[in-house]
Order: sequence, then C-alpha cells, then structure tokens
Amino acid sequence: MSANAATDEVLIARIAQGDRLAMQVLYGRHHVRVFRFGLRLVRDEQVAEDLISEVFLDVWRQAGKFEGRSAVSTWLLAITRFKALSALRRRKDVELEDEAAQAIEDTSDDPEVAVQKKDTGQVLRKCLTALSQDHREIIDLVYYHEKSVEEVAEIVGIPENTVKTRLFYARKKLAELLKAAGVERGWP
Amino acid sequence: MMALSKKILEQEPGDIELLLPWHAAGTLSARDARRVEEALASDPDLARQYAVIREEYAETIDLNESLGAPSVRAIQNLFAAIDAEPAQEARTSFNLSARISSFFASLSPRALAWSAGVGAVALLLQAGVIGAVLIKDQSASYQTASLSASEHEVVAQAPPRVLVRFAADARMADITALLDTYQASIIGGAKGGMFRLQFGDKPVTEQEATNLLNRLQGEKIVSLAVATP
Repeated sequence: MSANAATDEVLIARIAQGDRLAMQVLYGRHHVRVFRFGLRLVRDEQVAEDLISEVFLDVWRQAGKFEGRSAVSTWLLAITRFKALSALRRRKDVELEDEAAQAIEDTSDDPEVAVQKKDTGQVLRKCLTALSQDHREIIDLVYYHEKSVEEVAEIVGIPENTVKTRLFYARKKLAELLKAAGVERGWP
Repeated sequence: MMALSKKILEQEPGDIELLLPWHAAGTLSARDARRVEEALASDPDLARQYAVIREEYAETIDLNESLGAPSVRAIQNLFAAIDAEPAQEARTSFNLSARISSFFASLSPRALAWSAGVGAVALLLQAGVIGAVLIKDQSASYQTASLSASEHEVVAQAPPRVLVRFAADARMADITALLDTYQASIIGGAKGGMFRLQFGDKPVTEQEATNLLNRLQGEKIVSLAVATP
C-alpha cells in the first residue's frame, strides 16, 4: 500500500456514505484473503465465492455501524466466519462437506505416498486440510492471516486463554496425523 | 494420586510454549516476544518445538496461497446486489428529515412562536449584510461563463462512461489493474454482465472518447465496450 493510499478505516467511512469506488478498493485489497479463509471453512469454491459477495454486501450495509475498535481485516474475517458457519449449517450434512473436501483437495498424493516420495511439506499440507473446522480456522487465523491472540478471540468469539490452548491442541492433532502418515518431527 | 497430578501438570503446556505460534508469526507484543526469545535461548526442548512450528507456519502459508482467487463472478454478484440496495443517501436524508420533524414536534407552540420570531430577525440581519457586501463590490469586474475556442472541443459535460463486459476468464487482479491504468471506477454493474465504468473525473473531447473506446476494445480482458451516457 502506498503512503497516499486511504486506510481501510477511511474506506469504510466512505462506503458508509455510499462511495462505490471505496467499496471497489476495499474489495480489491481483501477479497482474496476473505475468499481463502471462507474456502478453508466451507471447502467448496462456489459457496466460497457466494460467501465473499455476501460478506462485502454486509460491509456495504453495515459500514456506518463500524466503530473501528478492531482492524477492518479482523471485522471482515469475523463476518466471513459467521457467514461460512451459516452456510455449513444450511448444508447440514457433514458427508457433503467431506465430499467437497475430496473434490478440491484430492489433487495431491495421499500422505503415505507423499512420505514415500519424501515430500514432508506435501504431507503436512495434506494433514492441515484433514483437521477439524475448529482447528483449521485457528491455524489459518494465526499463521496465514497473522492475527494476534486478542484478534482471534474476537473473530472466533472465545476467551483469549481458550485461543491459546485450542491452537496448542490443533497442533497436537496435526502431529498425530503426521505420525499416522509416517512423519516424525520430534514433537510432542 | 500425586503421580497422576504430576503427569497432568507435565502434559499441560506452559505459558511461553502456548505463545510460540504467535512468535513465529511475529504478532506478539514486544514484551512477550522478549520473554519467548529468552526462553528459547535457554530451553532446547522449546527451541525444537519452535522449529516444528516454523515448519507448520510455512506450510500453512503455502497451502493457503495454493487456493487461488475468486472469479469475476463474485464481484459481479456483489455490485448487482449493491445496485438492488436502496440508495444510502436516501436513507440518510430520510433519517435527517425524520429527526428534524421529531425535533419540531417536540417543541411547545409557545417555543415554536419564539423560534419563528428569532428566525425572522436573523433573516433580516443576513439580508442587510449581503446587501452591504454587494454594494461595496459593485466596481469589481466579472467574467462570462462562455468557453474559449479550445474549450469548445469538449463536447461532453460529464467524464466518459462506458459499458464494459469483461471476458469470462478475466481475474479480479486483471480488472483492478485495468481500472488503475485507465483511472476508471465502477459506477454501476453486473446488469446483463455489463459494468458501467467512469473514466477519470473530467469531460473529454469527442476524439479522446473515441480513442478511449478503441483502446478498451483492444484490451484482452474486455469482450465488449460501448459508450454510455
């Protein structure tokens, strides 16, 4: 972002006045990360695309109520999470979720095959996709979206201490999956 | 019993251990980051775990980056939905007029009469001041609003606007780059798959508008471009 670029907060204030260009700029800045966060939760590209339209439409409608107590990106991810979970509830059946996951994630080798090929990075990525939704989202929020403990607590709606322990147990689960796939990393 | 408690205690992660992922991501406060650094320097087990975390961190980024980006359909749907929304200015003015009405409704008849009287006096004073300023400035020269010869070439009163249909495989990044290049903004969109774009904020000559349209039609990601009021 250049020094002259409007901050996200300024864009939100302009969107609250009905400024479409500000909406376009905010969308350009955040839509990819919002899409990826949503996609990791719903595991369906079409649903994730619908999701980002809904998220930014909410921003258009609610911009006047944004109080700036958190970063705009945190607000966007919180809306995305809420919409994604609603979409998942609408679909209800976990089986469908698993089918969709396989549909978008089966392009790589199985963990065991990848181990034979000595591609531990690929195994790790495969195991990251196999985590539960709670564990996937917390790992993504901390590692990819670079959210602090406080911000994750706000997005997920849980206490800060729970954020820390949930990530710890997500990592433990990941280690178990890796171990089952034949990868030992010396922890835990 | 004591042995069990000890085992549970050993399994419970420590405060610093819990902060390691945030340290890897660089999102800890300076104070916490310093605490973690000191612990890492003196605890080999913690340092080993930190190395594992850095690997997880890198692979999580790789995984997310491999997910790609949404198609242009998402922004088309968004602006179509925004088009269908009631205008925000209208909502604001409604609120303002509603507030003004409720304010006057809350005043008693006596207060209203006083307010009207004060308003009338204020209007008379304002008229006097304006009159005095006009008389004082009567000798000042003035200019007509007519245009110079070169300005006659400007045929439009508004900046050029074009209806554009983007190619089906156009990515959001390409569209944003095109909008940047042309200093254009989307002012309406996704009706029949067409976006209404405005170019710059100044009127242009007919020749410049034609050139703009030709350039647009030559863009790889533009499948149709038509001038529009």
